[in-house]
Amino acid sequence: MTVENLYNAEGLKTVCPGDSAKEITGVYCCDMLSVAMSKAPAGACWVTVVSNLNTLAVASLTDCACVIIAGGVAVGEDVRAKAESEGISVFTSEEPVFETALKVHEIL
Amino acid sequence: MSEVKLSYTISGDDFTRAGEASGDVKSKLKVLGVSPDIVRKVSIALYEGEINMVIHAHGGTIDVTISETEITMVLADRGPGIENVELAMQAGYSTASENVRALGFGAGMGLPNMKKYSDEMSIDTRLGEGTTVTMKVFLQ
Repeated sequence: MTVENLYNAEGLKTVCPGDSAKEITGVYCCDMLSVAMSKAPAGACWVTVVSNLNTLAVASLTDCACVIIAGGVAVGEDVRAKAESEGISVFTSEEPVFETALKVHEIL
Repeated sequence: MSEVKLSYTISGDDFTRAGEASGDVKSKLKVLGVSPDIVRKVSIALYEGEINMVIHAHGGTIDVTISETEITMVLADRGPGIENVELAMQAGYSTASENVRALGFGAGMGLPNMKKYSDEMSIDTRLGEGTTVTMKVFLQ
């Protein structure tokens, strides 16, 4: 599936649409950026509660397909603007990381 | 191909800009047609080094040389130096502050990741003077 399939997914809010055609190859969960940096597979839908500019840097360097900020954590305007300028797809979810990841996994 | 040289100045304690140099190197390597596996190795190794300079060393400089056979990354800072390199190389060991941990860093994976994703790495560190880390990734 592609990022576009998440635009209207239940429980997800689109913060920045990014590249709708990007293929999602799997779901990855991690809140330590250094670990995500070395372990996030390219094409992953990365689910995390860490919502800052460095999250976007890691997502971009590892070629993640999109990022979901879970657990009801807010996304600041600086993060939204950076995602926009870098073309990174960002969503939010009110549900915790596991439930959010499971939902994406089920529609993969 | 002649050598390509890239230089960056990294500001200390500026987490909002951390990763810009690594991102720029990544996009240049892609343009040069370097294979995705190598681009990923260089991106990870360099990003970890860049973050270390921001967290621990008040910034520094990064010089990247891309030749036909290898990519050499030299990260130099005038920070406090590394007291115990062996300990710092241990996965999970970190001296990062609580503030830094709150940002998602401080997993103690920085230097181990740099070692893992580069083909050669050397650390020249002097307490109170600074640290220079040289990493190489071979293209062939």
